[in-house]
Amino acid sequence: MAVLRLRAPLSELAGGRELRLPGETVVEVLGALERERPALRGWILDERGRIREHINVFVNREHGREETAVGDGDLVHVLPSISGG
Amino acid sequence: MTEVLVGTRKGLFVLRGEPGGELEIAVRRFAGEPVEFATRDPRTGRYLAAVTSAFYGPKLFVAEDPGGEWEQAQGLELPEESDTALTRLWTVVPGEEERLLYAGGDPAVLFESRDGGLTWRLNRGFWEQPGRDRWQPGGGGLCLHSIATWPGDPARLALGTSAVGVWLTEDGGETWRHGNAGLVARYLPEESREGTLDLCVHNLRRAPRRPERLFMQFHGGVYRSDDAGESWTPIGDGLPSDFGFPLAIDPDDPESAYVIPLTADTDRVAPEGRVRVYETRDAGATWAERSEGLPQEDAYLTVLRQAFAGRGSGPGMELYFGATSGEVFGSADAGRTWFRARTHLPPVHSVHVAA
Repeated sequence: MAVLRLRAPLSELAGGRELRLPGETVVEVLGALERERPALRGWILDERGRIREHINVFVNREHGREETAVGDGDLVHVLPSISGG
Repeated sequence: MTEVLVGTRKGLFVLRGEPGGELEIAVRRFAGEPVEFATRDPRTGRYLAAVTSAFYGPKLFVAEDPGGEWEQAQGLELPEESDTALTRLWTVVPGEEERLLYAGGDPAVLFESRDGGLTWRLNRGFWEQPGRDRWQPGGGGLCLHSIATWPGDPARLALGTSAVGVWLTEDGGETWRHGNAGLVARYLPEESREGTLDLCVHNLRRAPRRPERLFMQFHGGVYRSDDAGESWTPIGDGLPSDFGFPLAIDPDDPESAYVIPLTADTDRVAPEGRVRVYETRDAGATWAERSEGLPQEDAYLTVLRQAFAGRGSGPGMELYFGATSGEVFGSADAGRTWFRARTHLPPVHSVHVAA
């Protein structure tokens, strides 16, 4: 099980800042999140199952993408990128 | 009391008050998020706001009270197998059946809701149009921004898109065809204009009392159709510029239209720094300047396509428009005189008069 950390507003939709979720890749962990917390469907992954352009995912401090491997106890951190105006 | 919903780059503002002076900010929601469009369904009283987070994608939220809880609508997404994701929602329009609503978005997609806006499904007929892979976006994206229903007939719709022209259906959206005859894409080389689908419609409105009549603000040109969108006649003579984005009508007068000219083509601000609304009451044969009370010196404002709306009809019709400068102007006499309804808002994307 990976440890997923979220910030607001995602944490508010998830009902907490930290969740333990199954999955061997980032996209599997995020898919598990959507199944467990349907309110988050479409917020991190788009309808194609891709991480939205301005969302950053870190796995144990390293930048991750959809297929990045995730192991038991790994920390997956989801946060908005530094962009916008 | 009047209630105006103002979608801005930094949230939704609900303005309330008596027309003629500054309206108060009664509610601000979605702080920090771009609200592309907000409306209130007059049949249900329900509020709907299209929010396009730079981070979390486009969402539609629904509320019974704009100051209360907003619920996220479901189903506004493209098929999983598509090579793109929904980018933005541009408009939400009540349909001609109970609880029917339409939404238009980018990449030129139409959604339908049968429950007043809580759940949606993609209109497959339009999504599966042959040649879609060759459709070109305008500067604001490949947007379906105008949905003109036909009063009393849910089978008939006209869509305005940028930049793939006008689309018509007479079977409730099962099949679609073009309605572009007469439109001239002056922004294309002359030899490339004939038969092109690169047609940048900026706004499209139907005259409810004479539904075969539509008015259009085009990317260079103001047009009228008297045959339900099959063909278009230019009516821009007499305007300081026939470029602009929004268009409003008096719903009880099929001869009426209002436009806000902007300097073509890349400048896109009020010509000569003078903010002017132009009104026709003879279907575009003549235009009258309506600028009393509007800034007439050094006012280089831009008014976007969804940022002009009205309430009522006739000489007492209310009109409101918002600018990217964050100002909202109003009129309580069908445009004859104007007042500042609000200043110092974020750049205004949309205006809707809710009550």
